Amino acid sequence: MRRNVMLIEDEPNITEAIRFLLTRDGWDVQTHADGNSAVDAVTRVLPDLLILDVMLPGKSGMDILRDLRGRPETESLPVLMLTARGQSRDRDMAEKAGVNRFMTKPFSNAEVLDAVRDLVPSPT
Amino acid sequence: MSRDTLTGSRIRERRQIVGLKQADLARRVGVSPSYLNLIEHNRRRIGGKLLADIAETLGVDHAMLSEGAEAALVATLREAAVEAGPIAVETDRAEEFAGRFPGWAEVLGAAHRRILALERTVETLSDRLAHDPNLAGSLHEVLSTAAAIRSTASILAEPGEIEPAWRDRFHRNLNEDSQRLADSSKALVEYLDEHDGAEDRRTAPREEVDLFMETAGYRFPTLEQPGGSIDAVVQDARHLTSRAAREIAAAVLEGYVEDAAAMPLDRCAEAIDELGLDPAGMAQRFGVPLHTVLRRLAVLPPDIVGCEIGLVICDPAGTILVRKQVAGFAMPRFGAPCPLWPLFSALSRPHHPIRRRVVQQGRDAVRFDCLSLSYPALNVDFDHDPLWHAIMLILPEQAVPLPREGSQRLGEVGSTCRICSRRSCPARREPSILDEGF
Repeated sequence: MRRNVMLIEDEPNITEAIRFLLTRDGWDVQTHADGNSAVDAVTRVLPDLLILDVMLPGKSGMDILRDLRGRPETESLPVLMLTARGQSRDRDMAEKAGVNRFMTKPFSNAEVLDAVRDLVPSPT
Repeated sequence: MSRDTLTGSRIRERRQIVGLKQADLARRVGVSPSYLNLIEHNRRRIGGKLLADIAETLGVDHAMLSEGAEAALVATLREAAVEAGPIAVETDRAEEFAGRFPGWAEVLGAAHRRILALERTVETLSDRLAHDPNLAGSLHEVLSTAAAIRSTASILAEPGEIEPAWRDRFHRNLNEDSQRLADSSKALVEYLDEHDGAEDRRTAPREEVDLFMETAGYRFPTLEQPGGSIDAVVQDARHLTSRAAREIAAAVLEGYVEDAAAMPLDRCAEAIDELGLDPAGMAQRFGVPLHTVLRRLAVLPPDIVGCEIGLVICDPAGTILVRKQVAGFAMPRFGAPCPLWPLFSALSRPHHPIRRRVVQQGRDAVRFDCLSLSYPALNVDFDHDPLWHAIMLILPEQAVPLPREGSQRLGEVGSTCRICSRRSCPARREPSILDEGF
């Protein structure tokens, strides 16, 4: 059974590249670009992994993460956060909000794949 | 005002410290009390033998009187001592140092101010990187585009075949993103150029305005004449190097022009001749608010008001908007001032004039009468909280006659906590270096 990843990212070309990368790696990829409706989308799909950008139109990635951690169905959902802001303060905020992995742009494809495989290991 | 024009004020301060009456000092140095009075109010220049005789009688080096150990300079030296960290500085001898080696003291003070200004520039730039929404947005755009390019290019560079549809799409994306990166990089550079390029950012804008006002002696005679141009004054001011400083200075000068129009110099001189320094009486005579009178009095020539007058104006956050130094009343250049200044009492009692006699601690402690008032800085309107400003005039003791002499309790105030020696002060925010073994 293919594992399911949801990518919430408002840069269409990043979305396209990551979609290609993960699809080729055996994932079902669903994408979403709007911060305000992101929580609804995640709770509806309940993916195996969420890749979440920090700066989104509407609700920020940080607020989306806090919201998801307050819901029983998503409180332990693995989340990889992508951000262009690498300051330690943002990293601290993300960790307090319950992020599993934090990655700063521009990242390499190998880093993304390693993180995704690490957060959701293949069933053996 | 240049330092030597304050010699009379220093003589007066020193005479009061040693407890000598004006008439007694005059008799000992062989001049009339009225002539000494003119000297003490800086209306007569003094030098040579008479200055040497007065200095000897008052027990100070004549350089202390002619060049002066300015309170502000001493305060700056003490601030420098704080920043020196664990070095044991003889802080209690700062005034002596400034008096004996005025040149070196100025060098040290200027170096300290320069360090503070540079530190503030670094703070400002760091703050901009962290909080400037334009800068953050531009950087986010650049980094996101770079991420898209890196990711897409990596896919294309991988060995093996990619479906032609995907390959074409990625090529198109690369082209779009490279154009976006070029545009966003250019916008970022333009933004940084606009804010940093031509302006000297060595000091904060308000620092530049302080220096500009101080250099002008807080007086702008051309603006008191018909046709005086604020723009011309601002453009000619070499200390106003940043656009922000020029805007602040222009706003300050607009207030100056309004005050001068409401209270012309010649009519002020007449009023003071007739009423003495009576701010309330002058407010009635000119039909202006009391705070306008206080602001105007502070910038009138000393030969009209009869003394040097200091001025502070702050906003409700306690930030000093205008400062006019006066010898003997130290004001911190950076950081928060003493919360016991009557200026801040006025903020909690809007429209209520407050008179306080205060003294700052120190060997050359001089008493001042402070007149404070808070007032709405903008037009008051329904549904909008008024923005209050507070103003404080700092006058020599008894410059404004009290209703009943002796009715004023003497309040001890400081400059700023770090260099204040009042151990039991209830308003203390942080320990003083004077309690740390210096």
